Amino acid sequence: MTASSPGTTPSSSGRSGPVPAPRPKFAAAARPELADTRMRRNLRGATAALRGREAAAAAETADWEDLREAGRAIKDDALLDLDSHLEELERAVTEAGGTVHWAADAAEARRVVTGLVRATGAKEVVKAASATTREIGLNDALARAGVTVRETGVAEMAVQLGEDAPSHLLSPAAHRDRAEIAELFRRAVPAAGPGLADDPEALAAAARAHLRDRFLRARVAVTGANFLVAETGTLVLLESEGNARMCLTLPETLISVAGIDKVVPTWDDMEVFLQLLPRSSTGDRMTPYVSSWTGVTPGDGPRALHLVLLDNGRTRALADEVGRAALRCIRCSACLNVCPVYERTGGRPYGPVHPGPIGAVLTPLTRGVESAADASLPYASTLCGACADVCPVKIDIPDMLVHLRGKVVESRRRRPVPTPEMALMRGLAWTMGDPRRHEAAVRRGARWARLLSRGGRIRRLPGLLGKWTEARDLPAPPPESFRGWWDRTRA
Amino acid sequence: MSSREEVLRRVREALAGSRGARPPVPRGYARRLAAADAETRADVLALFTERVADNRAAVRHVGADEAGTAVAAALWGREAKQIVVPADLPFGWLAELDGVRALADAPAVDLDTLAAADGVVTGCAVAVAQTGTVVLDGGRAQGRRALTLVPGYHLCVVHADQIVGTVPEAVGRLDPARPLTWISGPSATYGIETTRVEGAHGPRHLEIILIED
Ligand code: SF4
Repeated sequence: MTASSPGTTPSSSGRSGPVPAPRPKFAAAARPELADTRMRRNLRGATAALRGREAAAAAETADWEDLREAGRAIKDDALLDLDSHLEELERAVTEAGGTVHWAADAAEARRVVTGLVRATGAKEVVKAASATTREIGLNDALARAGVTVRETGVAEMAVQLGEDAPSHLLSPAAHRDRAEIAELFRRAVPAAGPGLADDPEALAAAARAHLRDRFLRARVAVTGANFLVAETGTLVLLESEGNARMCLTLPETLISVAGIDKVVPTWDDMEVFLQLLPRSSTGDRMTPYVSSWTGVTPGDGPRALHLVLLDNGRTRALADEVGRAALRCIRCSACLNVCPVYERTGGRPYGPVHPGPIGAVLTPLTRGVESAADASLPYASTLCGACADVCPVKIDIPDMLVHLRGKVVESRRRRPVPTPEMALMRGLAWTMGDPRRHEAAVRRGARWARLLSRGGRIRRLPGLLGKWTEARDLPAPPPESFRGWWDRTRA
Repeated sequence: MSSREEVLRRVREALAGSRGARPPVPRGYARRLAAADAETRADVLALFTERVADNRAAVRHVGADEAGTAVAAALWGREAKQIVVPADLPFGWLAELDGVRALADAPAVDLDTLAAADGVVTGCAVAVAQTGTVVLDGGRAQGRRALTLVPGYHLCVVHADQIVGTVPEAVGRLDPARPLTWISGPSATYGIETTRVEGAHGPRHLEIILIED
């Protein structure tokens, strides 16, 4: 747990909200985050706590490996017959009184949801955390349509108030400590008052008080879903605060947005995922609340139910025979909590879709590697393999990263002008191809490098080499080369 | 082409050449509690009690003829004045109430009344020992979902024979066509420093009365 020292200014307060286009490459985006020691400390505390809980929860289950194997196989089966499962799901949801909408991309999903909200005449919607709605940029679209969106999770509220980008799948404000969240609440939640303490209980109570009325008056809600059961048309959502229950129970109209990858074939399959997901995400044996709903139920809950099925690049990932396995992901966030790169950079450098190791594969798989930012993601890893070890559905993320690096190289090879790296490598090959050229280069290089260094560290290499120092310092080379030293002392 | 057709076309194109015979899903995981953990029925109930406590909810064991007293005692303990209950709650559960007004949810009470209530008393459909969970499906003695969501306190009466050992057993007993709510402890948030803190939007207190006979 982090206690912040008095007088520290929120170091991340100046950060802007929506990521501007064009998005910077991972290493460039990570630089300010790496310099933000408060964020790094917050994240380190958060991920370490979750890591310990997850490990304990998995260890408690004697059949953990069997559950993982079943989870992997169920998702693979679901993906390999996705077309028929989607049709089955649509039929079942419709029979139960719901309406299914299909969205080929983010723009279409925004249009569909905005249209549905407009049709109700509501000027405000309550919303429960959903990475999918963030992926499609729904909040901005609704705001442009004159609809106020209320994020209702404690962390999402903090992110919305801070005009921040979320940093963690499970806990979007993991980069903020309690003092920062209290400060945001004090400024933006009038009822909280200036005296709001920064203990978590007080903050949770402030969020509860702030949103209570909004829930009771809400007419339209937007949620995501963790699983879509094809056979029965059932939507399943796991959460802990009860804000999602408020959203999916109290308003008249419920709009749920979910990726087509959320489909599982049968209701019985939930016996596997209701064990895998809680233990991998928060280390709970069971999440405090699990809700499932099938169409509408007279006298209980919304009268209108809409399910928006989103593609937005998922079929592109599906077409990649290696990458396809990334669609098994159940967004538990276990891979984030064990990743040494994520722990230092936080979620934001990964771009707008998904953070952490899974983001580093899902984003380039769904969007392609044409843009420099997306092509940089497969390199945002040490390939240490910790993510693959914890993944409850056995996604081999390192394997996929290597596969994607191959794709990046492939896509660049086709470019008419060689990339800087390729030019550099060619130059290096020429230099190293001849011992005398090599020796001279090393001597000259060492002299230049020492000129660049300050106190024995090089903070930024010039020109093309600058990439290497974007996220690391380099020790200055010694004045003498090893060969030089050898020759001098042994001769 | 409609988006529906377009998405389905992309799926089919993406999968062309990848389909074929697949081995069945290996379901070697445990469907029941290991014999070592649950030799007797009493062991299952003990496990349920322990796991509910881990979820930071209180649980009390009572005999069949003590349900009314236990419900009344729990409500007095919370200083409840007015509660809301599903209309079909077993009569005996509320028989001992003294000084606590119980409002039946028929016709459905409005949300403001629900929000002002000091608590709610319900039964459940299934309970899971392994995870310390109660599952409500809107059936007898459970009412609509808003009842167990809006008030700050939920008292849930569980019959011993409603408790199963594992999640697979519970999934097998439940009907997904009904709206289901699985409740494992009081409302909690992970939003602040990713640590579980009790109390957010749902009930802040969950108590369970376990009727053994
Ligand atoms: S890749 Fe695996 S570990 Fe990471 S979020 Fe997805 S399911 Fe969890």
